Amino acid sequence: MGAERRSLVTLPLGDCTLKLIIAIVRPEKANDVLESLYRAEVRGVSMSRVQGHGGELERVETYRGTTVKMELAKKVRLEIAVSDEFVDRTIEALETGARTGEVGDGKIFVVGLERAIRIRTGEGDRAAVTPVDP
Amino acid sequence: MKGVDPGDTAWMLVATALVLLMTPALGLFYAGLVRSKNTLNTFMMSVGALGVVTVAWALLGYSLAFDRGNGFIGGLHHAFLHDVGFDAREGTTIPHLLYMAYQATFCIVTAALVSGAVVERMRYSAFLVFMVLWSLLVYAVLAHWVWGGGWLQDAGTLDFAGGVPVEMGSGFSAFAAAIVVGARKDYGRQALLPHNAVYALLGAGLLWFGWFGFNGGSGFSTGSPSVLAFTNTLLAPACTLTVWFVIDLVRGGQVTAIGAATAIIVGCVGITPAAGFISPGWAMALGALAAVPSYLFILYRPRTRLDETLDVLAAHGLAGLTGILFIGFFAQKPWNGIADGLLYGNAAQLGHQVLAVAVGPAYAFAVTAGLLKLVGLVMPLRATEREEAMGMDIVQHGEEAYATGEGAVLVHPEDSGVTPVPVAQP
Repeated sequence: MGAERRSLVTLPLGDCTLKLIIAIVRPEKANDVLESLYRAEVRGVSMSRVQGHGGELERVETYRGTTVKMELAKKVRLEIAVSDEFVDRTIEALETGARTGEVGDGKIFVVGLERAIRIRTGEGDRAAVTPVDP
Repeated sequence: MKGVDPGDTAWMLVATALVLLMTPALGLFYAGLVRSKNTLNTFMMSVGALGVVTVAWALLGYSLAFDRGNGFIGGLHHAFLHDVGFDAREGTTIPHLLYMAYQATFCIVTAALVSGAVVERMRYSAFLVFMVLWSLLVYAVLAHWVWGGGWLQDAGTLDFAGGVPVEMGSGFSAFAAAIVVGARKDYGRQALLPHNAVYALLGAGLLWFGWFGFNGGSGFSTGSPSVLAFTNTLLAPACTLTVWFVIDLVRGGQVTAIGAATAIIVGCVGITPAAGFISPGWAMALGALAAVPSYLFILYRPRTRLDETLDVLAAHGLAGLTGILFIGFFAQKPWNGIADGLLYGNAAQLGHQVLAVAVGPAYAFAVTAGLLKLVGLVMPLRATEREEAMGMDIVQHGEEAYATGEGAVLVHPEDSGVTPVPVAQP
């Protein structure tokens, strides 16, 4: 161990040095996004499959006699916690990987992050979101 | 029912049904090996063969393959099933109609096999058109060569259940198809993994089950050739499986499930041409031997630009070739009643087998490439990159294999006064 535990009380709110980037992208572009994040050296991603609706055209599917409009499209949600200087390049990588130019390409949200802790070592904040070699 | 034996007929009725099962089994096997967004499309390529290839076979294919005709191709006497009735087919003791149906099931599964080379990107309608032409101009011709009184049969080539038309025919056609249609857009750049190994294992198991009809029926009787072929179909794939386990263990320390599913196919393919010609002991040796070239080629192929997606060339082309050549060495007259191989003093037999290996694959490759170019002139062969990314299930069929139904709004056929609302599963 020996990792120094920083006191977070001293950190004033609104002066976050960490950001949580949430991106909603097309599932078929998920691999491209992961690839461009990898090339931008952004590591540490959580990915989940979600369903949503962002104004794109509805898809029609037919199962025997039953025809349905799919109001919700499958999407992939990525969560990436980064330190401030990584925000721009992460956004750039997300855009590069996810953009097709059609409605339904998704959104990127950037929110302030109050604290981050790496469970294994107890490291906080910047150290917690900086990948280490395993 | 002149010349018909009821016992033989009863077995061949069952064998025909067994072979027909191999096509949906193949669909399941292939569906497990692709990504989940292409599950239905991949399965439907096999189901497509059950439809269009059967029709083409009844109308024209059977005649081109099994009417006497000339050495290259059959005539049109049996077109539209003319003169295919209840009397025994020449050289057999089963009704001609049943013989036609049994051979149809071979053509169906062989056409479906070729889909393995082009899954995840080829347009479904283009594949249907291609399969019809392929069944008439590649399968029927090759079947005529070895079984329908064609020139390879006259030359003395032995092919019990389809090393030339089925295995090398599909394998080398798949090779050509992969080149003409081209690789998937992400091939070689992203990992494209099988999505359900259980489907692959169950599909392979059902294929093996069906293969007892495929090889066991190719003697067209309940006599000794059928019994020998049936037993060899049990023994050879078991040896392939075992050898595959060993190679897997030596290479990576683990026995893999997808590898086991592949080994079952390779073993069944390897014994197919030789099933009724070699002793059970040699069948076991063939099963073990057949694992090696296929295993090596499956390791090598993904390092090339050749996106022959489901390795039809390795599993069918090479294993079929191994089996055809094996006959030339190890055929035994006491077991097959027809001919010996090189090891038993008949070197000429090896020559006949080498001849088949030289011309069968070349014909399949060239004509398949030509047919696909031809179809490509009339309609696009491939889906667009965008469609390929979305998955062929939604794009080609408007259905999903794993639909959740969440967010689905019912489209009423007419205004029924009900306002449809989206649903979410609890």
